[in-house]
Amino acid sequence: MNPPPQSTDAQSPAGLGLEFVDFAKRYGARYALRGISLSIAPGECVALVGPNGSGKTTLLKAAALLVRPTKGCVHFTPASVNGAGDNSAAKRHIGFVSHSTLLYDDLTAEENLVLFARLYGLDSPEGRARAALDPAGLAARRQDLVRNFSRGMRQRLAIARALLAGPKLLLLDEPSTGLDRAGQQWLAAALANLTGAGCTVLMSTHGAGEANALVTRAIRLLAGSIAEDSAISGDPRAMLAAALAAHQEA
Amino acid sequence: MALARPIGILLAKELRTEFRTRELLVSTLVFVLIVLVLFSFTFDPTTAESRRFGPGLLWLALLFAGSLMLHPSFTREQSNDTLVALRMAPIEPVSILAAKILANFCFLLVAELVLLPVFAALYNLRIVPVLGRLVAVLVLGTLALSIVGTVFAAISSQARMRELLLPLLLLPLLTPALVASAEATAGLFESPPALPAVWVGVLAAFDTIFLTVTWLFGEYLLEE
Repeated sequence: MNPPPQSTDAQSPAGLGLEFVDFAKRYGARYALRGISLSIAPGECVALVGPNGSGKTTLLKAAALLVRPTKGCVHFTPASVNGAGDNSAAKRHIGFVSHSTLLYDDLTAEENLVLFARLYGLDSPEGRARAALDPAGLAARRQDLVRNFSRGMRQRLAIARALLAGPKLLLLDEPSTGLDRAGQQWLAAALANLTGAGCTVLMSTHGAGEANALVTRAIRLLAGSIAEDSAISGDPRAMLAAALAAHQEA
Repeated sequence: MALARPIGILLAKELRTEFRTRELLVSTLVFVLIVLVLFSFTFDPTTAESRRFGPGLLWLALLFAGSLMLHPSFTREQSNDTLVALRMAPIEPVSILAAKILANFCFLLVAELVLLPVFAALYNLRIVPVLGRLVAVLVLGTLALSIVGTVFAAISSQARMRELLLPLLLLPLLTPALVASAEATAGLFESPPALPAVWVGVLAAFDTIFLTVTWLFGEYLLEE
């Protein structure tokens, strides 16, 4: 498994910056996020840590423009990707790996990638799909239905799908889930390749996984608010280690 | 044109998935067939009675089948959160709904075209002389069923008791379309056959109104 090809879009900066302004999201009476003011510079690799239910997934979904804020807003930099009422420009540059695979079980691995390559308006969708499957180690299984894949293979395909359009902002929700050691090494190499090219990465983690070596900043969430940010005080490595210890205890 | 491309891509995906699994089409065909056969046992299908009751029974059967078929169109997106992936794509959200409406329209129409000869045989009706006009009524009525059904399948998919909720929402709302479709179909089996312009107009107006509402507010239906 080799790192995936990088984006060939040389017209705009390699990474998207991200800014949450007093962001809050409420589901019923419960706030999933509250008072989030956060600025992430292009090219940063940020880890979100915190216990279950602390708001990591909601923050990632907010960055992916999937949830409408109860209060506040999300901006991207450069400002040109913030469309007036239309998020298409920003969406084009965002890759997302969720808890779920976001893949169709009744399509083959290749058909899934071709579908999304077409929806993103990429040139030569079949070629892009094959180029994405090869580094993920799935080229030999490209004609197999996803429903016949193991959890690890699905996760690799989900990551390949997120990387397909050459994202400038990559959002990862516990991306190491289901990956074996080789898969984790492939993911780490892919992320190193992307961050090296300037892509911004925001990922939730419990502190374990090869990809954590790339983290330049850690943010700890607690009950929907930012409890600690290594950019202000603290060491990201120490925060990741503490998160791992807390997860193992739990 | 900006909408046509993603609609085409997503429609192709829907058709490919369905013709690979045949889950919706086969279950709908079998269901409508059973309902039509059961209805035919309830009265002696003389030509006069068939003209009177047949069209209403046909559209009732299609409405029940539609509520059965339309339900999975969004719930099948939930198993792997694929709707999230579609919402993240740089396309107009309404194109997701439009592709689902078109796919459901195609599936229902295929089911109807297969069942039409069975209906004619069971209810002793001659459909060949009025086939063109009958297909026109089927298209308008099925479009009504597909639009409203798909929209409410999207709404009910995020609710508890969704299997029950969809028919509860769908059946009252589709009553005007059901009445218009049945009346327009009944007119075709009268002697001499006639296509009632009023009922066709009602169907066309129903389709136009609900298409417009879907176009305007469809984006909000897909949000969490």
